[in-house]
Amino acid sequence: MHTDTIVVVPAWVMLAYLIAGVCFILALRGLSSPESSRRGNRLGMIGMAIAVATTLATHEIASLPEIAGAMLIGGGIGLVTARRIQMTAMPQLVAAFHSLVGMAAVLVGAAAYLNPEAFGIAVRITPIASPSIISIFPQSRIEMGLGVAIGAITFSGSVIAFLKLNGNMSGKPILLPLRHVINLGTLAAILGLIAYFTQDQAPWVFFTVMGLSFAIGFLLIIPIGGADMPVVISMLNSYSGWAAAAMGFTLHNSAMIITGALVGSSGAILSYIMCRAMNRSFISVIAGGFGGDAVAGGAATAIDRPYKRGSAEDAAFLMKQADQVIIVPGYGMAVSQAQHALKEMADKLKAEGVRIKYAIHPVAGRMPGHMNVLLAEANVPYDEVFELEDINNEFAQTDVAFVIGANDVTNPAAKTDKSSPIYGMPVLDVEKARTVLFVKRSMGGVGYAGVDNELFYRDNTMMLLADAKKMVEEIVKSLG
Amino acid sequence: MDFISILSIFVLACFVGYFVVWSVTPALHTPLMSVTNAISSVIVVGALIAAATGGSPSSKWLGLVAVALASVNIFGGFAVTQRMLAMYRKKDRQG
Repeated sequence: MHTDTIVVVPAWVMLAYLIAGVCFILALRGLSSPESSRRGNRLGMIGMAIAVATTLATHEIASLPEIAGAMLIGGGIGLVTARRIQMTAMPQLVAAFHSLVGMAAVLVGAAAYLNPEAFGIAVRITPIASPSIISIFPQSRIEMGLGVAIGAITFSGSVIAFLKLNGNMSGKPILLPLRHVINLGTLAAILGLIAYFTQDQAPWVFFTVMGLSFAIGFLLIIPIGGADMPVVISMLNSYSGWAAAAMGFTLHNSAMIITGALVGSSGAILSYIMCRAMNRSFISVIAGGFGGDAVAGGAATAIDRPYKRGSAEDAAFLMKQADQVIIVPGYGMAVSQAQHALKEMADKLKAEGVRIKYAIHPVAGRMPGHMNVLLAEANVPYDEVFELEDINNEFAQTDVAFVIGANDVTNPAAKTDKSSPIYGMPVLDVEKARTVLFVKRSMGGVGYAGVDNELFYRDNTMMLLADAKKMVEEIVKSLG
Repeated sequence: MDFISILSIFVLACFVGYFVVWSVTPALHTPLMSVTNAISSVIVVGALIAAATGGSPSSKWLGLVAVALASVNIFGGFAVTQRMLAMYRKKDRQG
């Protein structure tokens, strides 16, 4: 008995999906510079329109009103959210969007499992004298199983990431006993069941794979601390791509496969960049637990050390005298929404003839590029904003480094103290500037790594202890 | 398409992705995430196939929900990317 059938797809359909795929490649390519990025984004939309139109044109649509309704509802929610969302909330939004891709993959997988003939991935076998059975191709079962598993992990992982980023859940790692054993066991069970699925397409196998995958996505993300979110969110980005690719294999759809591969590698590269910027291995981030325990013993005793405290007037005076000021923003700037006040301060200083530059550490904020977006929102021209490696040797010739809401990414201990948990992490050399102005809420808190920052107690450091936005506004006032 | 052709597309696309993404400027990493988010919703193709076909009501409804979820992402993802990209300005363009 031969069970293979060839699904005949017209050439123009394959071509259309290929064009959609190429549009997506160009959409990412456009992001190599801000000028070309807007055109790239439009190409992405065109690609999506082609993919949707091709699908609709080549299938008999038995339920057009329902589909149109679903798209209108979904599209409406999407557009309203995109318009209303605050830029500081981008990490949460991206996490929420990831969860939707994951859930969509799970639902498509389930739909394909329940109605495989519609997807052309099954054959109807009619043995003599018994009712016919629908047998899904073994290869499609693996692809479907993997797609559903990755989709489910993306969904539940992203939901946890969302809750942590949105503050509904503490950013502290939640450490279950034996979590590595539980996680590895669950992963092994998922893979084993997908293998077994090729032999037996019973519903319990399919839905157990789904259920275990939801569980593992949840278990994988709860032990990861808030500060490791840039890696987590990139990793989930990657997963959502692999889920789409797996579904593309199931449906033999080149647009989905190309997109899945693009998104998958994009997320993987971003995860790598984030890990490198923290000098941590991907495995250690995934293993979790960082940023919760009191890592360094020095933090408690260090609070009594003498430091210089300055006022907004002092800061305004120092910066007015400067030739060049480098501003180093961090997550604290996002939290207090200080970017607009900061821009105002920069404009005032520029009017005094001061050169202003911004220095961005790759892991500043809660997602890759987070600071750049906030500065762009405040109308800071992007050619004043520099990446770590492009600006780091400029601090030595800079009069004032203005650190606002960043901490660990400026800690000189990363260069000198081998016992420090952040040793080896690339940091901004702010201490080389003639004066460091450090805006911080209070002396008590430590950065995400839980380590004290030597910088606070240096002779050339002046601590500006206040809420970031309030402090900057006062400086603006003092600048007159 | 046979499995090997599909696999070829996939492997080559991974390489294209690798090189294209490394060329993305770090300043645009957030828009990169939101636009990859939007395009990964091409999974809507699968959702549409499920939603369009009669025969299995449960499969159809799963498909419709997936269409709605993917649409949130498609419209929301591209719109928010556009909104962000519109904010990136050069020095000479402002007064």
